[in-house]
Amino acid sequence: MADHLLELSHLKQYFPVAGSKKVVKAVDDVSFFINKGETLGLVGESGCGKTTTGRSILRLHEPTEGKIVYDGEVIFDSEKGIKKNMLPYRRKMQMVFQDPYASLDPRMTVEDIVGEAIDIHKLCKNKKERREKILSLLSTVGLNSEHANRYPHEFSGGQRQRIGIARALAVNPEFIVCDEPVSALDVSIQAQVVNMFEDLQEKFGLTYLFIAHDLSIVNHISSRIGVMYLGHLVELADSDQITFHSMHPYTRSLISAVPIADPKVARASHRIILSGDVPSPLNPPSGCPFRTRCPYADEQCASETPKFKEEQAGHFVACHHLDRLN
Amino acid sequence: MAEEFLVNIQEERLSFFTPAGEVKALNNVSIQMKEGEVLGIVGESGSGKSVTAYSIMGLTAQNGKIVGGTVDFNGHAIQNMTEKELRKIRGNEVSIIFQDPMTSLNPVWTIGNQIAEAVSLHTDKKGKAARDRAKELLELVGINEPEKRLKQYPHELSGGMRQRVMIAIALACEPKLLIADEPTTALDVTIQAQILELMQELRKKLGMGIIMITHDLGVVASMCDYIAVMYAGEIVEYGTTDDIFYNPKHEYTKGLLRSIPKFHEKDYSRLVPIDGQPVDLLNPPKGCGFAPRCASCMKICLEVKPEKNYYGGVHYARCLLQQKEDFLKNSGKGEV
Repeated sequence: MADHLLELSHLKQYFPVAGSKKVVKAVDDVSFFINKGETLGLVGESGCGKTTTGRSILRLHEPTEGKIVYDGEVIFDSEKGIKKNMLPYRRKMQMVFQDPYASLDPRMTVEDIVGEAIDIHKLCKNKKERREKILSLLSTVGLNSEHANRYPHEFSGGQRQRIGIARALAVNPEFIVCDEPVSALDVSIQAQVVNMFEDLQEKFGLTYLFIAHDLSIVNHISSRIGVMYLGHLVELADSDQITFHSMHPYTRSLISAVPIADPKVARASHRIILSGDVPSPLNPPSGCPFRTRCPYADEQCASETPKFKEEQAGHFVACHHLDRLN
Repeated sequence: MAEEFLVNIQEERLSFFTPAGEVKALNNVSIQMKEGEVLGIVGESGSGKSVTAYSIMGLTAQNGKIVGGTVDFNGHAIQNMTEKELRKIRGNEVSIIFQDPMTSLNPVWTIGNQIAEAVSLHTDKKGKAARDRAKELLELVGINEPEKRLKQYPHELSGGMRQRVMIAIALACEPKLLIADEPTTALDVTIQAQILELMQELRKKLGMGIIMITHDLGVVASMCDYIAVMYAGEIVEYGTTDDIFYNPKHEYTKGLLRSIPKFHEKDYSRLVPIDGQPVDLLNPPKGCGFAPRCASCMKICLEVKPEKNYYGGVHYARCLLQQKEDFLKNSGKGEV
């Protein structure tokens, strides 16, 4: 379909475990698509595979199995053995990382950090043009020309994240994987960065995969949200649908656990407290990944992995007991 | 005042003396808290929320010093106490849990030994008795199979479980005050919900006071009786939870509330961020600490430090703009 910028089918990303024959199934059979110009949010708890999914799409990890189609072109297909050279695609697909302290080289100036991608893709003819391009990128993200010659340690967290975003924008990408881009920032600064993402999207027609564990931020910025649990995508639908009419029991407890910054609502609301912890991905439960913590689980859930299917238009869920739930 | 306060901090000023100069971490901070209350301290990193709470235990870094005011806890004048005297209070009358449960537990000791250590240090229960108490404490914080857990090491437990162990250690002597420094920030939402639920239960059961330090307004909304909003080493607004959320008076508090998404409403209007960067305490502004970032900053705000102004009950704020608006409203005139 033409308006799908990215299509992911049955993506699997397994990692071998040193010293044993076991594998960690970090991402297990995940399929979704992202439309041009939209923001797809990906939420879930730590270790659920949301970051790995984002990295596998960019082939920062080579996927174990599956198919990735970007803008109508197959860039990876394990069945047909297609593995396209990523260099031309790196210009179109970029990433913003979680930790603005660790993702910038402390020994490079801001100018060189932002300029590196320009050099690699030979986007500027001469030094003057390069300098101009970098300064215009910095002003796009709300920094000024004085900042170009400084080093990352001279900046605050919010400013560093802006540098990281300027670096991603340097190659004029179409698609950006934002991996927890605001989690490390203070609340008052989070809003600045979130707004900037929205502005940039409007200005450059960007498409985002927005990965975060903070549901309220994801809900705010995304048009659709995917919920991951233990390497599986368990639910995917419009943001409103996920927030107010979720079907999967995991999504429901996740939504109810979000602390609401409104005391009256918070006192009245009922939290669905899940017992226990997420099982180890080294030794995942049989059948449905969520069954060990699910209040509705029965034998069928243990024997059979529920299919991820479209229950309502645009609303995908993987659960055996939707009829009992609703 | 005849009322008894568990914590009574009056006009505390605390500075860190660094090679770059004096960092005024706290400027005239006052907090009063009764037994069994839950106080939330919110603010961004570097606003002084942890420093305030730690000073109740006399925990300041070596280069830190209380340079003015008094810190009173449970009848002790903390600022005059020696390290030896402070040790008797810490863990006994006041305990603390930290943000990162991995780095605050000792990786080479079993869980059982770490809890039993706290028990035998502070009570007359030793050896077997201390271990039995450790088991009781694990049950209290909702850990299954306590027998087995006692023999495990921190790396064998998940983040949420470790935080429960931290709470168990903190509760070893049934303290009157528990300081929780971002206790759920490092945890996932569903685990955060479990820990918050546990803390509320324990508060009811044991009747202890809690100081909850966090930057998450959602966490304080559901947990706290009172909230202190800190900025640049000052409490800029203080009040009951409802005062702060439904009747905020300080521009910073208002800004904070506007900058978070409204998750429970179908409201996707743009967030209103607070512009600028957090304040540099080495060079604090002369007037109101928030003035350089305040959208409604007036000339006078850059010059004069605002005083407390009360808005009914305990609710106060330090904001000149609000004072001006109140004055205009009360006088019924258009000009000051």
